[in-house]
Amino acid sequence: MAGKAQVPVQNLTPEQHKKRRSRSIALAVALAVLVGIFYVVTIVKLGPGVMDRPL
Amino acid sequence: MTLLERTQSYTEEAADFGGMGSVRDYIALLKPRVMSLVIFTALVGMVLAPTSQHPVLSAIALLCIAIGAGASGALNMWWDADIDRVMSRTKNRPIPAGKITPSEALAFGATLSGGSVLVLGLVANWVAAGLLAFTIFFYVVIYTMWLKRSTPQNIVIGGAAGALPPVVGWAAVSGVVSLESIALFMITFTWTPPHFWALALVKNGDYKEAGIPMMPVVAGETATRHQIVLYSLILLPVGMGPFLLGYASLSYGIVAGLLGTAFLYYAVRVWQNREGEQARKAAMSLFKFSLLYLTALFAWLLGESVIAGVL
Repeated sequence: MAGKAQVPVQNLTPEQHKKRRSRSIALAVALAVLVGIFYVVTIVKLGPGVMDRPL
Repeated sequence: MTLLERTQSYTEEAADFGGMGSVRDYIALLKPRVMSLVIFTALVGMVLAPTSQHPVLSAIALLCIAIGAGASGALNMWWDADIDRVMSRTKNRPIPAGKITPSEALAFGATLSGGSVLVLGLVANWVAAGLLAFTIFFYVVIYTMWLKRSTPQNIVIGGAAGALPPVVGWAAVSGVVSLESIALFMITFTWTPPHFWALALVKNGDYKEAGIPMMPVVAGETATRHQIVLYSLILLPVGMGPFLLGYASLSYGIVAGLLGTAFLYYAVRVWQNREGEQARKAAMSLFKFSLLYLTALFAWLLGESVIAGVL
């Protein structure tokens, strides 16, 4: 397609594919944990007041 | 190697599509063994702090301190990759082993450093976050980049970074730095030189080859042995500090006194045995005992505080 940047083809070995996949999963887990942490901290810090807001 | 040379070499490595490290390699970058000591000592600081905090917030704060310590370990490995290649103890670390590129380690360490400080600030308070940032800065810039390769006092001053976690833990709960938390800092700070010099006596050849001016390399093994005994003497009353300041029990004071005397005994053995296998064994015995010493003191403080809380 004209104007689209050429992405170099990387010939990864099966082992490299496996490592990359495990890294991606670990990153996803870390991000999910971070989201969980922010959620829990918000609830703990605001306490019962989390639902107390004007409509 | 200058910063410019480092940057150029990383660009070349990146072009080679290097760095196919596994998750395990990235965990190794965080120096898990050092991290476990940091978690333990920071936990003691948190438990001993006079104020209380929601346990969930404390757990997240402790996680932040651990990740901050791990991040500084990754940044240390990034900067020290050239000397790690030379030493037998460190040549299998992820960067010298070719599993992770230095630029990946830099990005990993910098991201975790920033993230851990920010989250600690939001979860606990900005005094603790500032202390964690200072700890990372001190370990990476002051110790790794500057002192380690320029003075035999490297681990004496650099030891401050390893001694700060209980102060950060204390501040995360109470929001302040107090004399009590400084007493905890002083224990690890005074303990660090004899602990590392015992290892340096055994690994002297490694450090010499890597050009690191450790005390045995620069001042000689005899001078190092004198210093080990001197620091062990100072450690004896310093270890009893929490009792002397009145926030640990008499039983802690007695245990700290006995363990400190045993530490001194092992140090004197290092001082007496200066040749061959006997010297190596004496140095390794001190190194192993020093680990037991620090763990036992902090475990006693932790146990005492937990029991007092239950009763």
